[in-house]
Amino acid sequence: RVLCPLVPSAPAALRALPRPVAVGVLHTTRPLHTSQQSLAPVPPLPEKGGEVRHGLIPEEFFQFLYPKTGVTGPYMLGTGLLLYLLSKEIYVINHETAAAACILTVIIYGIKKFGPQVAAFADKLNEEKMAAAVALKNESIQALQNAIEEEKKEQWRAEGRNYLFDAKRNNIAMLLETNYRERLLMVYNEVKKRLDYQVAMQNLKQQKEQEYMIQWVEKNVVQSITPQQQKESIAKCIMDLKALSKSAHAAV
Amino acid sequence: LPAAVLLKDTKLMDVKLGQLGSWLAMRDFTPGGIMGAMRRGYDRYYNKYINVRKGGLGGFSMVLAGYIVLSYMWSYSHVKHDRRRKYH
Repeated sequence: RVLCPLVPSAPAALRALPRPVAVGVLHTTRPLHTSQQSLAPVPPLPEKGGEVRHGLIPEEFFQFLYPKTGVTGPYMLGTGLLLYLLSKEIYVINHETAAAACILTVIIYGIKKFGPQVAAFADKLNEEKMAAAVALKNESIQALQNAIEEEKKEQWRAEGRNYLFDAKRNNIAMLLETNYRERLLMVYNEVKKRLDYQVAMQNLKQQKEQEYMIQWVEKNVVQSITPQQQKESIAKCIMDLKALSKSAHAAV
Repeated sequence: LPAAVLLKDTKLMDVKLGQLGSWLAMRDFTPGGIMGAMRRGYDRYYNKYINVRKGGLGGFSMVLAGYIVLSYMWSYSHVKHDRRRKYH
């Protein structure tokens, strides 16, 4: 457990208390990581088990008796023990002995005949398991190697970030330029529209003034033509027309 | 001066005959101790004869032989009656 320092949000009364001495000290009753030993990699299994002679007696027993009695010692011990058991009838010979003898004969014959085949089969099964495990291990090692390669490539790619940033900066500059020009065009159009309006207004005003003036002049002129003048001008026009028609006749 | 080994830490084969009584008295006879001793014995046998790459028949047949002997001892009082001679 680690004792946290006093939280700033604690009430003032708590904060005014003297601080505990063990603030910041790691409370452990067990030392951590003091020895070099680690659980992996696990040591491999031994190849062969302990030696057993005749399938029943460990080899260590023969080695134990060898200094004192030599090679035949344990066999003499076995024979003596057997005779003692039989003669004192601690081991009783009855129907079960016969049954045991038959069973043991069959078993030993079977082991001697089929032992190696069964052993080879079991070894093959083991080999397959081992091969699968080793293949898995190699695959994961390979996958991690590939991951390392990919990571290195990514690091190399990251070195080109300057080009990327330059391209992005160019893009942004172009956008800004485009935007600026668009707005400039907009401003120009708006101003032109307003100026055109003013020009059109002036033209219109001028045109209207002209028309009005012409109308006024015409109206006054028409008004000034008295009926007398009108008759005189119509008579004169008729006489001119007659003269013209005469000259036209003559020309034809 | 050779390093003195406490009697508690000596193995059974290194204990002298005279020290056998005191050595036995020092052993742990609590239930936990007995279970620990059985577990250690089992682990020793298992790791020596069975938990190997190419195990043989010996590991299993020794256990079978031990069982045969034990069951003969348990049924001796019954087998006694098949003896051929009464006095040996």
